[in-house]
Order: sequence, then structure tokens, then C-alpha cells
Amino acid sequence: MDYLLEALHVTKVFGTLKANDGVTLKVKPGEIHAFLGENGAGKSTLVKMIYGALQPTSGEFRWMGKAVTIPSPAAARKLGIGMVFQHFSLFEALTVAENIALAMPGAFDMKKLSGRIARVSRDYGLPLEPTAVVADLSVGERQRIEIVRCLLQEPKLLIMDEPTAVLTPQEADQLFITLARLASEGCAVIYISHRLEEVKRLCHNATILRHGKVVANVDPTRETAASLAKLMVGGDIHVVKSAREDQRGATRLKLDRLRLSADGPFAVELRNVSLDVKAGEVVAIAGVAGNGQSELFDAVSGERSLAQAAMLLIDGKPMGHDGVNARRNAGAAFVPEERLGHGAVPAFTLSQNVVLTRHSSDGALVKSGMVSSGGASGVSQRVIKDYDVRKGKPDPEARSLSGGNLQKFVVGRELDRRPGVLVINQPTWGVDAGASATIRQAIVDLARQGSAVLVISQDLDEIFEIADRIAVISRGQLSEAYPASDLTPEKIGLLMAGAHERKEMAHAARA
Amino acid sequence: MNDQLLSVILTIITASTPLLLAAIGELVVERSGVLNLGVEGMMAVGAVSGFGAALMTGNPYVGVFAALAAGAVLSLLFGFLTLTMVSNQVATGLALTLLGLGAAGLMGESFVGQPGIHLERLHIPGLSEVPLIGPILFGQDFLVYLSLIIVAAVSYVLFRTKAGLIIRAVGDSQQSAHALGYSVVGVRYLCVMFGGACSGLAGGYLSLAYTPQWVENMTAGRGWIALALVVFSSWLPWRIVAGAYLFGTITVMGFSLQAYGIGIPSQLLSALPYIVTILVLVVISGNRALMRANTPACLGQPFVPDR
Amino acid sequence: MRLVLEKRAEASGRMAILSPVIAIALTLITGGIIFALRGLNPFSALYVFFVEPLTTSWSIEQLIVKAAPLAMIGAGLAVSYMANVWNIGAEGQLTAGAIVGSAIPVFFPEFQSPPTLALMLSLGVIGGMAWAAIPAFLKNRFGTNEILTSLMLVYVIQLALDWLVRGPWRDPKGYNFPKTIAFSDWQLLPQFQLLPPSVGPIYINLGAIFAVAAVVALAFMMGRTLKGYELRVQGIAPRAGRFAGFSREKTVWFCFLLSGGLAGLAGICEVMSTVGQLQPGISPSYGFTAIIVAFLGRLNPIGALVAAFALAISYLGGESAQVALGISDKTARVFQGVLLFYILACDSLILYRLKIIGRTPGPAEAKA
Repeated sequence: MDYLLEALHVTKVFGTLKANDGVTLKVKPGEIHAFLGENGAGKSTLVKMIYGALQPTSGEFRWMGKAVTIPSPAAARKLGIGMVFQHFSLFEALTVAENIALAMPGAFDMKKLSGRIARVSRDYGLPLEPTAVVADLSVGERQRIEIVRCLLQEPKLLIMDEPTAVLTPQEADQLFITLARLASEGCAVIYISHRLEEVKRLCHNATILRHGKVVANVDPTRETAASLAKLMVGGDIHVVKSAREDQRGATRLKLDRLRLSADGPFAVELRNVSLDVKAGEVVAIAGVAGNGQSELFDAVSGERSLAQAAMLLIDGKPMGHDGVNARRNAGAAFVPEERLGHGAVPAFTLSQNVVLTRHSSDGALVKSGMVSSGGASGVSQRVIKDYDVRKGKPDPEARSLSGGNLQKFVVGRELDRRPGVLVINQPTWGVDAGASATIRQAIVDLARQGSAVLVISQDLDEIFEIADRIAVISRGQLSEAYPASDLTPEKIGLLMAGAHERKEMAHAARA
Repeated sequence: MNDQLLSVILTIITASTPLLLAAIGELVVERSGVLNLGVEGMMAVGAVSGFGAALMTGNPYVGVFAALAAGAVLSLLFGFLTLTMVSNQVATGLALTLLGLGAAGLMGESFVGQPGIHLERLHIPGLSEVPLIGPILFGQDFLVYLSLIIVAAVSYVLFRTKAGLIIRAVGDSQQSAHALGYSVVGVRYLCVMFGGACSGLAGGYLSLAYTPQWVENMTAGRGWIALALVVFSSWLPWRIVAGAYLFGTITVMGFSLQAYGIGIPSQLLSALPYIVTILVLVVISGNRALMRANTPACLGQPFVPDR
Repeated sequence: MRLVLEKRAEASGRMAILSPVIAIALTLITGGIIFALRGLNPFSALYVFFVEPLTTSWSIEQLIVKAAPLAMIGAGLAVSYMANVWNIGAEGQLTAGAIVGSAIPVFFPEFQSPPTLALMLSLGVIGGMAWAAIPAFLKNRFGTNEILTSLMLVYVIQLALDWLVRGPWRDPKGYNFPKTIAFSDWQLLPQFQLLPPSVGPIYINLGAIFAVAAVVALAFMMGRTLKGYELRVQGIAPRAGRFAGFSREKTVWFCFLLSGGLAGLAGICEVMSTVGQLQPGISPSYGFTAIIVAFLGRLNPIGALVAAFALAISYLGGESAQVALGISDKTARVFQGVLLFYILACDSLILYRLKIIGRTPGPAEAKA
């Protein structure tokens, strides 16, 4: 038996889209095998088939040399395949032990199970409290549940889908130790990531996918990050160009000891958030998901009203009590994290979606209470042209666009107004490299024309690419904003981990 | 006085039992993430089926079974629409109520005015004759005991067994449950059918035990009150018992006061259960912490798995 | 073999138009089967039920009489449901409108002039709005489920009506029947001749004109105005609605007041025309049937007008089938319920494609 798992000429078709096209792949026991590829390259589809959550349209899987079909996740688990999803498959209202019990076959004995959980989490350095309710746990802790859930079944193959996207650099280091230990015990790991440095550091083998096809199989330790990236994207990557002249102007967006209570049991409370964003600069807020980013976005955009008007100033004017449209009329623009259902109405066409954020600021769109469809489609055509939004028909529904193209549209819709203040949450989350480059360039260009830009992002690569200054959000508190050139990912990691004492923080950042 | 008190208590029990049956069924349905607003319609069909079957066979137990089966069959229709065809649950529930009430009216046309078959009360010699306590504890019809057993069973299954854990999981996150390989739609079908059977049973109780006859619209909004009770219970089974008996008491109080000829319009007393339902909903819903703690996160959401 | 749905990339425009047609066709087939099971010739029974109501000028008049309140209420509900506001208590708001408007003839029977008419109609609208304001207030203030509260209020107002006409508002000369005095002159809706006698005289009352006006106004609002845009956004993507700066509370108020006001208007029009006085049972469940109207009309006001006629036919058909075939007029309600089920099932086909999956891979596509 040379290989633990072989996928031979596997193809998966969704409607007219070939998500996987004749993919062949071989994984040895004890090997950490990276799957690399852009968003939409077909990594997730492939692993979901290996895990039995999807069925291949054609092709064959072999497990320990024998041809198998994997009809369901339960069957996969029975073979010895475990998977940690990027979007965790956890139940917020249930306890840690209950969450794990749901993935365990056989008799239902919570007491015995709690004992086993304690043992495994001790052995692998993954501390967990079995009776804690998931809703109360941090993202890192939630990932531990997923991992323990897999380990309890003594898997021969562990699939990890973008595991470090939600971790601080320090938490990621701890994860690498656990994975290395598993590999040394003979367990194979399929490791999906687009973070090339960590793949180089951790993985023994890398299969690279592009547009659903395998384009290369390489030893990542012998490659450079640039050569891997080139394989992934299929060409050189666009580098954001910015005229880095220091020409910062007046403060255009000011948060002054902004506070916002938690909205529901699973939300985060914002405490004394202060920040200045000046004309001409891009300020980024880094942080692990779930530390108050979406609350901060709601507070800044005006979707939730603030207790005091002076907590938020736009061009010096206190606007904490004003709603989102008043803030837009004052020259601000906002792009939320979720494209479908928040930034755009899925069932509306692009031109109808133009009205969503511009109905009060754009006199040409609404005249005496009536929506001008001509005005809307004019704006929509301009945005589509300026930001290279690719689509199948002249005015398609928002939901029919790919993630990257919809994001270009949603960002373009706001940039088209030439806003004085732009607040954008996760600008390129789930967006392919080409669209990401377009969006990042547009953000930087806007700032250089005299606007103030606030970017909230979990992607450190992105932050270092575009930000002039960087602040870190952790448990609803925001650090001071430091010049990007003074920071490294490690220092940001310390801030993310929540070194809250101001002095300590300053010390960490300047060390 | 004792006799009067006894008869009031006995009436409260019979008035509460149908609410209890319908609400505990709906609780399980909602725990799995499905909102079935068709309780009223299923109760109506259960009531007419139970009445008819008992009348034709002369056996009230056949009637009880027919009521249960009718509710389950009707709920299957709801399940097919909302789970297989992913139609809007609110609209489909309303449709089920309208169809159920209409169908019950049509089916029951020939039963109007006919004397019904009464589901007799238990009689345990000795025990049932103990003054006051005897008839209350040992002299009810079997559905009263069954309703409490169902509550106990639901409570045990939901919180002590894997099956219950799966139901709660499906209601909390359908995506996660699907990712772990559970059949979200399958689990929900079973829960919806359980709820339908309970609603049918509740209807059967009305036409076989509460008032053994068939009158059109005899469910009189009890299905809707049962839905409110599920909210009242904040999705915890034993609180349903408290809620159902509270409402049973209010209903009976209305009747008793009317009998005493107190100078309050009888219509106001009849409206009491509906008004109290609204007040209870206001009090419970106003307490957002309580609502959020147990509300199944996926309640009312459609689910279509990727394939 | 299994039936599964597959998401379409975009909503199918063709299915959006076809779905109500398919639903009606399926209802007719189901109806035919029911009739056949009862030993009737399904074709002649269906003819009596669904075609005969369209053959005489009298029955067309009756059709309009029944379609008017259904269209008026249905259009209001369609707008509400579009905005994801679930007012299912229209029957209660209808009753409230009828009661409040009837206060004029009850207390001022001698008040007879054109303003009487206007005042009664306005009070009807106000009554419906006031009753609808309760669930709207509770929803906004306490987060109370509006489905349950609006429905509970139907029972409450119907009991209130019962108390009024048996008690303080009873006609003293009415032989103890539970009803108010009969309305007269300006307390009744004027009638207009729609078609000349040569064609077969058809009269309609003011209510029908209100219904058409309401439908046209609401269709315009939904299709062209920012308000309509706002309501649609709130219905399909509430989070996006908040991002657009639309207020959910205002929408709840707007929808309840609008649909409640229209239901109230329908209620007062009923007592001012067909019924002619206030009494229990002023509406054959128009408020509930209007829910079906709203869905059959695909939550579009114009659609609701068309759907109102379809359901009015089922009411009339039920009556004529009772006479001609000796089957219960309750059959109509079953048809209405079945129809709603089919509409909801067919509506799924707008967003999804139906697939039948066999045991072997390679799913066969069904006609969808």
C-alpha cells in the first residue's frame, strides 16, 4: 500500500459549471498535503467529495488501494476520514460535549464521552471544557472542538479547510505543532490554504488547482511563495501601486470613545473605540473574526445608532445619532462584509441594487418619490464598465454573479460616488486574485485622491499591501493605530491575542 | 361545594388537555426548526375524523386512532410542501389551516347534530372513589394521562437521548447538521408528523371527550392558542403543562362566571382566552433574553442541501 | 426514486407567469377527481362550479360583489406579505371597520346627506386601521409575533360584534334578532350602471370602484415608487433593507395600517351594500380568503384583482353547485384551500428546478 487515498480523474459538475475537471491526486500516510488554489479553483468541492458530502459526477476514489464510493460523511468517518470545515459545522446552542457526540457513532454516553474529550484535548494540547456552550466560545476554541471531534475517531486522514484564516499567528503556530504530531503518528493531513508561507513551512507536498484542474504537484519546500502564487493564479500577480507620498490631510472620520452594547447573547460589546482617519490615508483594522468587526461596521455605518452624537464625527460634524442615509449624504460610503443579502439584494438586478445605497444621496435616482429606472441603469452601466464587472446578460440578478464580480459591483457602486469617507469590511473575502487586485487598487487610488478610507480585514497580507496605518480589534477593544511600517505579523498577532494594557501594547508594537 | 369544586377541576383538566396535546407536538416540530401554523386545521380534521370513526364503529378508541392518523396524514402534506418543495412555511401553515377547516366542515356535514360517542373515564374501584382526589388522579380518560406521558417522553427524548440531540441540532443549525451527515429533511419530516399526530389527537379529544359532538369550527382557535403556548413555554416541554392548564383554567373560569350570572357580558368572558393569549405573548416576547435563549435558530428557515 | 429541487441561477420569468395557471389547472383536476369519487360527472360538475357563474348578467353582478372585497383586502395583504409583515387578521379588521362605520346610522339614524356616506366610509377605514394598529404596536414595542396577535384579535372583535348587536346596538323593533336597524339612503352605497340594459344590465356599487382604485394605486406604488422598493427590499433581504436606511418599524406600521384600512373599508362597504345593516356573519370569511387571493396573485396587487375573480367564482360556484348538484357549498372552501397548496408548491418552481433522482447516477430532468 503506497497511497492512503487516491482520486483518479474526478469530475464534478454543478449545472453548467465544471467545479472539478479530471482531478487526480494521491496522498500518502503521514503526509501533510497542501491543496492550493484561488477562491473558486475547486478545492472545497474536491474535499467535500472525499468527505462524502458531495458525489462526483465521474471518476473514482481509492482508499488504501481499493476502489470506494463515499456516499455520506458518516461513511467517510467510518473509513477513517475526518474533516474540519472552514465554516465550522458546530451548533451554537449546544455544549461542547453535545457537539462532539453528534459526530460520534455508536452508543450515547455523555459521561464517558466527556472523559475521552478531556483525555484527547490534554494529549494534543487542545484545552476544552465539555460543558461550555459553543455560543460563548472564541473562534479558536471552536476550531479545537472540530479538531477534537475528528481526533476522537482516530482518523487516518484529516482534512483541514483554511484552518488558519480564523486564528491569530500564535494560535496558528500551536495548530502546526498539533498537525506535525499527528503526521508523525502516521495520520495524513490534507491542508487547504492560500497562505503560501505556512504551506512552505508545514507541508510535504502540494497539489495546485486552477479552474477545477490540477496544474501542478510540487514539493513546497523547494518553491518560493512567488512561484507558488504564479502557479495558482496562472500568471504574474498584480501588485498594488500607490504613490506613497505622505500627504495626509485633515481628519475626515473620527471615532471618539465609541461604545455600543452587545446586541444579543452571541454579540460583542464595543468599548471605548477611538480612531482618526485622515484625508489621503488607508487605515486598516486587523483582527480575528468575531471580535467586534461587524458591530464596529454597524456603528460606523449608522445601521445601529450611537448613544452620543459626538462618538462619531464625519468631517468634523457629530453624526452618532444620524442614520445611514444621513451619513451617506455627508459624503460617507459603506461596503459591508456580506455581499448577498446585506450589500445587495440577491433577487434584484444590478440596476435595482444601485438604488439600495444611493436613493437618498443621488437626486437622479429618485424624483418625487418615484424610482427612475433610467437613472439607475445609467449608474449601473457606468459601474459595470469602470470596474470590469463580468456578467452573462445586460442587467442580471445580483445572485447570479460570481463572488468577485459582485464584490466589484458593490464596491464600485460606492466608489462611483467619490465618497469623502469609505468604510469597507473584508473587501476581498472570498474573491479571486484578479478581482482582489482591482478592488485593492481602487481603494488605494481613492485615498490618494483625498478621501479617508477605513478597511476592516482579517487578511494580514491584504492589510500590509494597502494600509498606511494599522489598528487591531480584540474583544471589542481597538488598539492604537500604528504606522504599517512599524508592524510585523507577529506583533499584530500579539495585539490580536488581546494584550490589552495600553503600555504593554505600545511596548509590543514598538519592540 | 366540594362537588362544584370537583366538577370545575375536572372541566379544567378536560379543557386543558387538547391544548397540551397540540402544543407539545408543535414544540417538537419547532425544535427541529419548522414552524407549522396549521395546527388549527389539523385539529379540525382530527376532530371530525375521530368523531366520524367513533360513530361508525361505535368505538371511541378507534376514533382516537383515526384522529391521530388524520392529523399525521395532513401534516405529511405540509411536510411535502415545506420540506420537499421548500415553500414558505408561514404561508403553507396558513394554507393547511384553511384547507383543514374547509375539509373538516365538508367531511362533518352529515355529523352535525348527531350524538357522539363519549370516551369514558377510567374507573379504578376504590381509588377512583376517594373524595376529590380519587376522581382527579384516578378518574380521567386515558388521553389525559397520555398527554402527560407524552410531555415526559418528549422532555426525556429531547434532553437525554441522541435522537433528541439530533432534533435540537437540526433546529439549531441545519447547515452543520447536514455537514455532519444528518438528513435534515428526514428528521424534520418525522417531527412534523409527530406534531401532526399530536394535533389530530388534540382535535379528537375535543370531539370525543370535551364535547362529544361535531360542530363546525369547534376548534375555536385552540390551535392558535397552542402555538402561542409553545412561545410561552420558551420551547421547554414542562412549561407547556403549566401554560395549557393556565389557559384551561381561564376558559373554564369564563364559563363558570357565566353560569353564576355575573353582570359581565358573556362575550367578554368568551374572549378572555384570546385576550390572555395576547397578553402572555406580550410579556414573554418583551423578555428578549428568555426568547433568545431557547428559540431554535433555524425556525422557519427553508433548507435546500447542495448536491 | 426521489424528488429533489435544484436552485436556478435566476428566477424563472416564465414560471412566474405559469405557476398560478398550473395551480388552477391542478385544482380543477383535483376537483374533477373529487366530483368523480362522489359519483358525479366531473365535467358537468366543473362546468356548474366554474363556468356557469359567468353566464348570466345577474351572476356577473354577484361575481363583482364578491370579488370587490376580496381584491381590496387581497391587494393590501399582498403588499404586506411582500414586505414580510404577516397580517392574517384581516377578517377582524374588516369587522372592526364595519362596526365603527355603523356607529353613524346606529346613533344618528336621521343623519342623511352625502357627508353621511363619506363619514361612514372614513370611519370604516379608521376602524380597520385601529384594529390593525394593535398587532403593529405590539410587534414594534415588544417583538410579539404578529401572526398570532392579529389572528387572536379576529375572535375578540367578532365577539365584540356579537355583544353589540345582541346588546346596546340591537334594533329595538327587530323582534330580538341580533342586528342593528336597517340602513337607508345615504347610509347605503350608491350603485352605478356598468353595462347598458341592451347588453344585459350590470350594476356595480361604489365598493367595486374603490377596489379597482386601491389595486391600481398599490400596483403603482409597488412598481414605481421608492416606498414600493423599500417594502420589497424589506421582504426579501431585511439586512439589506437596514443597510439602505429603511426603518423596519415604520414598515410594520405602514403595512398594518394599509392592509387594515383596506379591510376596514371592505367591511363597511359590505354592511353598506349587500348586508344593509350590522349583524354577525357580515362576511363569508373574506378576510381569510383574501390570504389566498394575495398568494394566487403572486403578491402583486394586479394579480390580486385577477385572483379575486377566480375565488369569487368558487364562492358562486359553490352556491350554484349546491342547488344544481346537491353537493355542499363547503366544497368551495376545500377548493380554495387546495388551490393555495398548489400555488405554494408551484411557486417553488420559480426559484428551483424539479429533479427526479433515481437510484442510478445521472439524474433525469423533469419538466419544470
